[in-house]
Amino acid sequence: MNATVIRLLALIKKELQMVIGDTQSLRLLIAPVVMMLLVFPFAATLEVKNNALYVLDRDGGPVATEIIERLSHTPAFSQVRRLRGEADMRAVIDRQDALVVLQIGPHFSERVLAGQPEPIQAILDGRRSNSGQIALGYVQSILAGIPVGTALDAARPPLVVRHWYNQNLDYYRFILPSLVAIIATFSALIVTAMSVAREREQGTLDQLLVSPLTPWMLFVGKSIPALVVALIQATIILIASVFFYGVEFRGNVLSLYLCLVPYVLALAGIGLFISTVCSTQQQAFLGVFLCMMPGILLSGFVTPIDNMPEILQTLTWANPIRHFIAIAKGIYLKASLVSDFTDNLIALGCIAVVTASVSLALFQRRLS
Amino acid sequence: MSAAPLFRLAALIKKELLQILRDPSTLIIATLFPVLLMLIFGSGISLDSTVVRLGVFDQDGSPPARRLVETYRHTPGFRVVEGKSTDELSDLLRAGKLQGFVVLDQGLGRQVLTGSRVRPVVQIVTDGAEPNGANFVAAYAQGAFAVWSEQELARRGYGPRSPARAFSLETRAWFNPSTKSRNSLLPGSVTLVMMVVGALLTALVVAREWERGTMEALLTAGVSRFELLVSKLIPYFLLGQVAFTICVLMAHLYFDVPLRGSIGTLYLVGSTFLGGALGMGLLISTLMRNQYNAAQVTLNAAFLPGLMLSGFLFEIRSMPVAIQAVSSIIPARYFVTAMQTVFQAGDVWSVLTPSLIGLGLAAVGFLGVTFFVTRRRLE
Repeated sequence: MNATVIRLLALIKKELQMVIGDTQSLRLLIAPVVMMLLVFPFAATLEVKNNALYVLDRDGGPVATEIIERLSHTPAFSQVRRLRGEADMRAVIDRQDALVVLQIGPHFSERVLAGQPEPIQAILDGRRSNSGQIALGYVQSILAGIPVGTALDAARPPLVVRHWYNQNLDYYRFILPSLVAIIATFSALIVTAMSVAREREQGTLDQLLVSPLTPWMLFVGKSIPALVVALIQATIILIASVFFYGVEFRGNVLSLYLCLVPYVLALAGIGLFISTVCSTQQQAFLGVFLCMMPGILLSGFVTPIDNMPEILQTLTWANPIRHFIAIAKGIYLKASLVSDFTDNLIALGCIAVVTASVSLALFQRRLS
Repeated sequence: MSAAPLFRLAALIKKELLQILRDPSTLIIATLFPVLLMLIFGSGISLDSTVVRLGVFDQDGSPPARRLVETYRHTPGFRVVEGKSTDELSDLLRAGKLQGFVVLDQGLGRQVLTGSRVRPVVQIVTDGAEPNGANFVAAYAQGAFAVWSEQELARRGYGPRSPARAFSLETRAWFNPSTKSRNSLLPGSVTLVMMVVGALLTALVVAREWERGTMEALLTAGVSRFELLVSKLIPYFLLGQVAFTICVLMAHLYFDVPLRGSIGTLYLVGSTFLGGALGMGLLISTLMRNQYNAAQVTLNAAFLPGLMLSGFLFEIRSMPVAIQAVSSIIPARYFVTAMQTVFQAGDVWSVLTPSLIGLGLAAVGFLGVTFFVTRRRLE
């Protein structure tokens, strides 16, 4: 073994000891993973369930009764409650008890049966406009399913809708692969940025810089602990999602781990960059936070990237989280091949190289 | 209180304020972070799909089938890519280049003419790995299909009234007539700003003082616990108010979110929540006494619940009962309800009173426990 390798190994050993050496630090790296695994898959849902549907039926005729009956058998609404009047309606919406209130006008049944249907009024709580609109979508599809003219129904060419990779559109299947990316972000950024800042605060950074280690070896030494932590956390998530949540891993596990390497290197580069512009641990942590928040929000984890304005979509190419979420979801759920993500992998590589070289250049300038 | 302790308290607060002004990172977080977050939630985060890349594979090629493809081309929101085979389209779907595709089977044209219903002839496939997008693709593709089949039926002499039109809905949204998701997202997202400025910043700063021993030094120098806590609270409370004001101004003036309640109520809600957030930050730092660990704990105990379980992004009622129970002890949840109400509905006290009680309890609880723990840690 030559001297460089020995030096590098010693550096890595020292770095790893800092990160997972004592039990409190180790616990703090594992606890969030467990907590996120227990809460996120259940909490992060854009489905609308368990709401009460309130109906103000001024008609009371057979058609209105039929409609209310059908609406009470949909998972979106756990129960259907009748309101007595306008004042009731105002109260349930004000108190946020009702997401949607349907108002059926007087003589509704009579008019429908006479072939002159009038619209049903739907009032929704604009404070929860998104859920309200999803709930209205359910109401609409149920109304559309109530047969009126059977001759017309028969004349339509039939249509089927299939959701590939996630038949029932379960949100937890969508969240779990993304969690690998999110959790790796947390730890990789914090581990690299804080470790350099700590060395600087304690004055050991200068010693490292004058040691025979080349700047690139320093980068590798600082990235490997992050990689180790990310690998451990990813493994915990993958095991839990396959065995606890029962989400089948369709692609190649090895290729997912392989793609994790450029991802962590990109994160380590960003972490290193943050630490070069900060002088204390506190600043480094806040810097990490200032980068991570927009990174997560604009990664496609919360809302799809396609919904964003054009400029932001372009900007997200510089966001490593975006690329790895696409890769993780693709390989896990869709059995995608590594070759499907050439663009993303190139982008991750560029982020890593650019951030690392800029920060190393800044380090060296400070030294000379 | 006599004049001397008051003077001492003022001196402590002054020292704290000077420290904030000296370290740019604190001020940057308190001012830049609200602006950044409001910009992201105001223009980056949208639940309304805009453009969908839809693949179409027409195996039939008859005039009705071509008309269906044209209908898809002209549906706003679809960018149609015609494929040569199902394999080609499914490869694109797998690689994430398409959000869905439609396959028109052979015999579609004949079936339209004869009206036979042997087997499905049009298939819509979506990318279920993106549930939100998949719902949108399915709904729009079905909508376009319905338009096309109406037109085909009309060509064959059927009347214009269809079953789908027999029962229609006339929608009105109270409080937010335009149903812009931004109007509810922005007031809700203030939670995150308050958590960062109130809890995270305080936890970091105070943990550093514990780390360096300056807290103990002050306590042994005769400063009482009460003075110590108040001297930490007041400067960060002011900083929190600055961040809160930036959020309110950005939401109301820049993004035009209507503010129907009074300014007084708004600040009452904001201050009560800020009290709880500061209490949480102080408590965590006192327990951890180490910046790195305090930061990690605050992130997991304050920030993430504020994002996931407060109800501004994800609907609480759709969560399992156990998670709903957890969310009911999270102050952020009451803050989100109160903020959305004050902004969009006005001073509705039947909603605000319970929320304020929840927020007040959290503030008193966290500050009380911190007071108690501070003494215990010294002995």
